[in-house]
Amino acid sequence: MRHIISLLMENEAGALSRVAGLFSARGYNIESLTVAPTEDPTMSRMTIVTSGSDEIIEQINKQLNKLIEVVSVMDLSEGDHIERELMLVKMQAVGAMREELARMTDIFRGRIIDVTDKVYIIELTGSGAKLDSFLQAIDRSLILETVRTGASGIGRGDRVLKL
Amino acid sequence: MELTGAEIAIRCLQEEGVEYVFGYPGGAVLFIYDALFNQSKVKHILVRHEQAAVHAADGYARSTDRVGVALVTSGPGVTNAVTGIATAYMDSIPLVIISGQVPTRAIGEDAFQEVDAVGITRPCVKHNFLVKDVRDIAATIKKAFYLAKSGRPGPVLVDIPKDVSNQKAEFSYPASVSVRSYHPAQNGEMGQIKQAAQLLLEARRPMIYSGGGVILSDASRQLTDLVRLLGYPCTNTLMGLGGFPATDKQFVGMLGMHGTLEANLAMQNCDVLLAVGARFDDRVIGNVEHFNQEKRKIIHIDIDPSSISKRVKVDVPIVGDVAHVLGDLLAVLHSSKQKPEQQALAAWWAQIGEWRGKRCLNYKNSDEIIKPQFVIEKLYEATHGDAFITSDVGQHQMWTAQYYKFDKPRRWINSGGLGTMGFGLPAAMGVQLAHPGAPVACVTGEGSLQMNIQELSTCKQFRLPLKIVLLNNRYLGMVRQWQEFFHGNRYSESYMDALPDFMKLAEAYGHVGMRIEKPSDVGPALKEAFARKDDLVLMDFRTDQTENVFPMVPGGKGLSEVILGEEL
Ligand SMILES: Cc1ncc(C[n+]2csc(CCOP(=O)(O)OP(=O)(O)O)c2C)c(N)n1
Repeated sequence: MRHIISLLMENEAGALSRVAGLFSARGYNIESLTVAPTEDPTMSRMTIVTSGSDEIIEQINKQLNKLIEVVSVMDLSEGDHIERELMLVKMQAVGAMREELARMTDIFRGRIIDVTDKVYIIELTGSGAKLDSFLQAIDRSLILETVRTGASGIGRGDRVLKL
Repeated sequence: MELTGAEIAIRCLQEEGVEYVFGYPGGAVLFIYDALFNQSKVKHILVRHEQAAVHAADGYARSTDRVGVALVTSGPGVTNAVTGIATAYMDSIPLVIISGQVPTRAIGEDAFQEVDAVGITRPCVKHNFLVKDVRDIAATIKKAFYLAKSGRPGPVLVDIPKDVSNQKAEFSYPASVSVRSYHPAQNGEMGQIKQAAQLLLEARRPMIYSGGGVILSDASRQLTDLVRLLGYPCTNTLMGLGGFPATDKQFVGMLGMHGTLEANLAMQNCDVLLAVGARFDDRVIGNVEHFNQEKRKIIHIDIDPSSISKRVKVDVPIVGDVAHVLGDLLAVLHSSKQKPEQQALAAWWAQIGEWRGKRCLNYKNSDEIIKPQFVIEKLYEATHGDAFITSDVGQHQMWTAQYYKFDKPRRWINSGGLGTMGFGLPAAMGVQLAHPGAPVACVTGEGSLQMNIQELSTCKQFRLPLKIVLLNNRYLGMVRQWQEFFHGNRYSESYMDALPDFMKLAEAYGHVGMRIEKPSDVGPALKEAFARKDDLVLMDFRTDQTENVFPMVPGGKGLSEVILGEEL
């Protein structure tokens, strides 16, 4: 089953490689991994999307907790949470397609953030599934490149991940 | 007053009460060696290979409850140390390894003797640090000792670039340390402990299985009290030997791949299993699916939550320090009015007695040829069962575990997790330094001994009167055994040709060598060797080349699918 795990860790050189190394050494899946410092610059927050049986997910949680620099871990998928991912899509946009792409972007509540005479860059946020459906809805042959951040997640209400 | 980073590092070791540092110098640690030179509190043991430095520190740590310390240079110094570090990591041994690094400005430039020490050791340390600022050295070393020793122990590496070791800072050693992201458990959850007590009291076929965690947490007294209070059978893992006295009638022997029939069958057939500081690894319970075929309730006490429910599902998990948890469990049992059901227990012991009756460790002795098991029995006699015994990896290791009846913890020193040949001799050096005057023997094979034979020179320099019990079968015996059983007797590269004359070799290093070829000479040779209190004696026992280790649960099989000696 797919799980989305959030963790807080010390914002120190090498901390990311400890997490990445753990996943590869123990053969756990990583679908995506995002990380950036938090409002407290001494800490980073990471969101990992992974999958595995209940036993494996339990081990992943325990093994993450065991890393010295990991401050706290929460399996967001165990409760209500929100997941968002950002995608940038660079597309060929000429002739009638310019209008069509603008319309699709609107429907998906995206934005065109860069325009040249041939190219649009479209910015889209949402769940991974929403980004997927956008890609399915447009003419794929027009895509020049895409980049996605991977999911970031946060618990709803008073599910708070902190020190 | 300001000190250099190197001086600070040594002052930290003094503050930690470090007696010995095992090390080997080189360019990146020259300032640290200079700082060592100017003091006499911390003694340095110059080994002949960095792997041995770490094993020696490891042996020191295993035989005491202290942290072992090693010091190596950058690049090849670090890579040579990696086997030692991984060995300690697998067996959760508290070590602090200080390594030199190229100067900060050269890091990343493929400088001479540069290796990414933090990267290369990351998967085999509890934690590691690269110290980039001289002002951080003291706090980092303080943390390193704290992390190494607390919680589930393990090796911690501190990598210090050469320039940092020569910069100056004010020295003050932190009185205390706390790491906000690290909170090892101490006490177990009381509710869980009560539940465990209840399950234990209701058991009809109980079993207590204990591992290295009992040794590491110095909990053998609590374990022994518990086992005796309940009257239940107890088995120890390879790492747990000595945690419960092997001569006690409630001891059913070691379990696992070369465990006794009674221990393995009791594991398989019990209805309540108490696992204490042990981790159900593949060499211990074999095939998980086979193990799971029998239904039993499992209580598991471990300091590391990730050890619980990793390979088998546990009914009552208790996370905490084994000594604390056992103490609490004992208190609950003492205050309980309920007693174990004696009739069921008697029937269970009768069943175990039947398995014991097969006498699975019996072997055919000989008047002509030295049986390795016989040497270990004689070693036990010669040392009154009270020596520190290190071993390497192979058949000799298993025979020692089976035939030397360890009654005390921290007496049996071996590489269980990583299975590192070459561990025995350097580990014995660390043990001997920690216990001057105590009998220390290294049981080894001619393959393993040659992996760190150069340490005979270290032993000479520091006058370490080890007794090396070489079970010389002219084979990589354990490999040969697997080839005999599972590869149609094709002894591919397991014959040890062109062996040195070990007697002369010992003499060449300035020690005493003996060659023993007759069974009747085994006892006297051992007696003589142990009487030579000031000499290192290397005893080259020419043993039966074809002897195998029994019982054996082949890899991937279940605990009841055991091969006994007479079956072949
Ligand atoms: C460093 C290392 N290399 C290889 C092995 C694989 N191995 C396990 S036991 C063994 C044979 C050991 O031979 P020896 O030391 O002569 O002991 P014996 O089994 O004959 O008692 C080997 C090669 C190992 N455990 N460690």
